[in-house]
Amino acid sequence: MSARLRAFARFWYDFVVGDDWRVAVGVAIALLVTYGVSRTSIAAWWILPVAVIVLLTLSVRRAVRSKSCP
Amino acid sequence: MTHSALFLAVFLACAVEAVEALTIFLAAGTAGNWRSATVGMGGAVAVLGAVVAVLGPAVSAIPLRGLRLVVGALLLIFGLQWLRKAMLRASGYQALHDEAQIFERAVVAARGVSHERRAFVTDWYAFTLSFKGVLLEGLEVVFIALTFGSNAGNIGLASIAAVAAVLVVAATGFAVRAPLARVPENSMKFVVGIMLTGFGLFWGAEGAGAQWPGGDAALPVVVVAVAAVAFTGVAALKRSHAAMPEPARAFVAGRR
Repeated sequence: MSARLRAFARFWYDFVVGDDWRVAVGVAIALLVTYGVSRTSIAAWWILPVAVIVLLTLSVRRAVRSKSCP
Repeated sequence: MTHSALFLAVFLACAVEAVEALTIFLAAGTAGNWRSATVGMGGAVAVLGAVVAVLGPAVSAIPLRGLRLVVGALLLIFGLQWLRKAMLRASGYQALHDEAQIFERAVVAARGVSHERRAFVTDWYAFTLSFKGVLLEGLEVVFIALTFGSNAGNIGLASIAAVAAVLVVAATGFAVRAPLARVPENSMKFVVGIMLTGFGLFWGAEGAGAQWPGGDAALPVVVVAVAAVAFTGVAALKRSHAAMPEPARAFVAGRR
């Protein structure tokens, strides 16, 4: 039973988070920061685009390094 | 969002998933028993129908801002992963997605196992392979159609786009009776990655309380900006890949 539960949890983890959990964590943090800044008088729309560029760059760099290292 | 942009985004994303589901179904039928593979596919479609029946009204009942936050986050996570893989493929760091090769591998794997009879199913392996493949790819189709449709306030059009994509792929697959290797799947995945990331960015920021300059008019600008970032990244990756010696290039492309 516990093996089935683990497999079920594993499926949803793979489906939602995928193979780079840092991207999911980064998106969650960027959304939290956006929410926090949006409660002030400062514009918050630019935070997520900046986060996407940083997250994509880091994720691609990690993938290239893992492929290049024997 | 314009109707055509919604239709195009959902149609392309669902067509990519349908092509992958078709490859698995064809492998299950070719290596095993067609009837069992078809029953497996039918079972998966029935489960997906139940998921839509339960999730559809539930998603519609969620307040729009909360929905945009959750859906935006999920689309961003999905989109960034699609985009990363598409960039690696386009630059040569990862082998291109090849349906014909995937089909051959699945057929070889299916021929290496026993095809026993269980309950009402003649070939249990073909049944489960087809059921799981169609269900997994179908869940993504359902997710894309429901999230795009509910956020755009037009679940009907998103559903039509999803069903149209599945029907076009299924009809083409039935006509050629082979994996759709000629579909420009790698380019489609690149476009879908850009769209998922762009829409996720737009809706996620709105859901978190941000206001885009220009309101809804910012959406196409965001999508174009994501495309520009992705193409710039591919150009940089191509340069670094080209600078590698040939044996190293072949080595990294072959690694998953």
